[in-house]
Amino acid sequence: MLEISDLAVEVGGKLVLDGINLRIGEGEVHALLGPNGSGKTSLIMAILGFPEYKVVRGSIKFRSVELTSIPTDERVRLGIGIAFQRPPTIRGVKLLDMLLVCRRAQRDGQKNDEAVLDEEMLRMAERLKFDENFLHRDVNLGFSGGETKRAEILQLLIQNPDLILFDEPDSGVDIENVELIGEVINEILQRGEKPSVRKKSALIITHTGFIFNYVRADRAHVLLNGKIACSGIPDEIIKQIMEEGFEKCIRECLSEQQVREGERK
Amino acid sequence: MNEDLNEQRERLLMSGIDLSEKERSGTFIQKDAEILLTVARHAGLEVMPIGEALETYEWLRRDYFWKAVPADKDAYTRAASREREIRGVFVRAKSGVKIEFPVQACFFIATERTAQKVHNIIIAEDDAEIHMITGCSVPEKFGSAVHIGISEFFVGKNAKMSFAMIHNWTSDVGVRPRSAVIINEGGSFVSNYICMEPVKSVQMYPVAYCVGENALAIFQSVLYGREHAKMDVGSAAFLSAEGSRAEINSRAIATDSAEITARGEIVGERPRVKGHLECRGLILSERAMINAIPSLKATHHDVELSHEAAVGKIAEEEVRYLMARGLSEEEATSFIIRGFLSIDIKGLPEKLADQVRSIVKISAERLI
Repeated sequence: MLEISDLAVEVGGKLVLDGINLRIGEGEVHALLGPNGSGKTSLIMAILGFPEYKVVRGSIKFRSVELTSIPTDERVRLGIGIAFQRPPTIRGVKLLDMLLVCRRAQRDGQKNDEAVLDEEMLRMAERLKFDENFLHRDVNLGFSGGETKRAEILQLLIQNPDLILFDEPDSGVDIENVELIGEVINEILQRGEKPSVRKKSALIITHTGFIFNYVRADRAHVLLNGKIACSGIPDEIIKQIMEEGFEKCIRECLSEQQVREGERK
Repeated sequence: MNEDLNEQRERLLMSGIDLSEKERSGTFIQKDAEILLTVARHAGLEVMPIGEALETYEWLRRDYFWKAVPADKDAYTRAASREREIRGVFVRAKSGVKIEFPVQACFFIATERTAQKVHNIIIAEDDAEIHMITGCSVPEKFGSAVHIGISEFFVGKNAKMSFAMIHNWTSDVGVRPRSAVIINEGGSFVSNYICMEPVKSVQMYPVAYCVGENALAIFQSVLYGREHAKMDVGSAAFLSAEGSRAEINSRAIATDSAEITARGEIVGERPRVKGHLECRGLILSERAMINAIPSLKATHHDVELSHEAAVGKIAEEEVRYLMARGLSEEEATSFIIRGFLSIDIKGLPEKLADQVRSIVKISAERLI
C-alpha cells in the first residue's frame, strides 16, 4: 500500500529525515515511536505533501503511484487520510462543513453530494459521542483535547480512506477518550476481522504509546534523529519504551546497528 | 409600480427588497427624490413619507426630528437639514404592537450625477416589536451619484427593533449614512449592515445611546471592499444607564486596492454595563489595506468592556487542513472566506435572517 524508499526531507534548509525506508502492506498497522523532535510528524507531513516539507531524495509510493510530485488534495483523493495532532480552528466553518468535505473526498462517495447531514453521518457522530448540536460549532473552536481528537477521528470515519496517518491520537486526552478513540480506530482499521480480510492500513505516531493499550499494531519502528533506528515486534518495543523510556531502547537499537554495521565490515 | 424599478426586481431582491411584498408588513420605495410606494399592512403600524408625517404630527418635529443625530454634526447633516422638501420614511410601531414580518424600505438612485438625500425616523414605542430591512441600490451599470441618509431610531421601554441594511451600489457611488439610535429601559436594537458589492466610498458611524437601564445595542457588519473602494465603517455605543450592554462585531475583507477602516467604540459610563467588540479583517491583496480601530472607554469602575481584533491574510495552516480533507487550494481558500463571512445574523426573524444570509452567500460565491 505505502512504500517509502531512501526518503530524505528538508524543512527550512535543515535535513529532518534522512534515508527512511518503510513498507506498509494492505491491512497492516504500523507504530512509529520516537522522542519529540525525532522527525515523526515530518514523515507524516511529507507523505501528505505539505510544501515546506521538501523531499530532497527518495520516493513515496502509494499503490505504486509516485506521490512526491502531486499536491496534497490529490494524494488525499487517492485514499490517504490523516488525524492531526493539533488541527487549526477555522472560524465560521462548522464541524458539519468539514464532514461534508470529507464525504466528498470519499473516493466512491459520489452518490450523495447534497449539503446535508445524512443518517449515516449522524450515526457516526453519535458513535463518537457528538450530538447534532455539536456539529454546528465552528471546527475546533473551544473544543477540549478529547473533542478535538474525536472530531478528527469522525472526519476520517466519514472520509473512509485506505491509508490513515494518525499523529499522536492519544496525546492530551483523558483515559475514557483514549479508550473510545482506540475502539473506533480498531473499527476503522477492521482489526476485528481476520488479517486476510483487512484492507485498511495505518501509520500511528505516538510518543506516549497509550493508544497501543487499545490498538494492536503489526510492526513498530523507532525514529531517532531522522532515521529509523530500529524496527520490530510492537509488543516488545512498545513495552520497553513505556517501561524504560526511549533512552534504553535507543541505546540498544544503536548497539544493534553497530553490531550490524560491524558484521557488514 | 414604476416600470424601471420592475426591471430592477432581481437587483432589489439582492438588496433585501421584495417587490412582490411577500411576507412584508410594510413597504416604502423611493426612487431619486420621488416616493413611489408607501404601504402599511399591520394594525398599529404606520409607514409614511417623512414630509407628510412631519405635517401630520406636530410632536414628531418637536421630540424626534434631529434629536438623535445632531443637525450640525457635519457637512452632510447640514446639507440634509437645508433641504426644503424632506424625503425619506417615517415608520412607527405603536405601543405594544408586535409586528412579525419586516417592513422594507428601498432607496434607489436611477439618475446619474444626483445626490439623494433622505431623512428617516423609525420609532418602536414601548413594548412594540419591529423589524426593518433597508435596501439601497442603483442600476447595474451606473455612473456617479451620492446618497446621504439620515436615520434616527427610537426604541421605547422593553421594545425590540432590528434593522438590516444592505448596500448594493456600484463603483462610482459615494455613500454617507448618518444614523443614531436612542434605546430606553429594557429595549433592544440590533443592526446588521451588509456591503458586499462595489462602492466608491462609504463612511458611516452609527451611534447607539443606551439611556435606559438594561438597554441592549448590537451592531454587526460584513464588508467586502474591492476595486478602489474606500470604506470607513464603524459603530459606537454609549452605555449611559445601569446594566446596559453593547456588542459590536465586524468582518472585513479587502481585496484589489480597497481600503477599509473598521472602527468600533464602546463607552461604559454607569455601573454593571457590559460591552464586547470584535473586529476581524482578511487581506486578500498586496495593495489592499485594513485599519482596525477598536476603542474602549470606561468612566466608571464597575464596567466590563473587552475587545478582540485580528487582521491578516488567510492562514496557511487552515488551507492545509482543508487540503488534507481533499479540497484543492482554491476550494480551500474560498471555503475559508465563506466561513469568515458567515457572521451569525442576530436579532432578525428566522426567514429574514435566512434571506440576509443567502444574499451574503450569493455575493460571496460571485466573488470567489
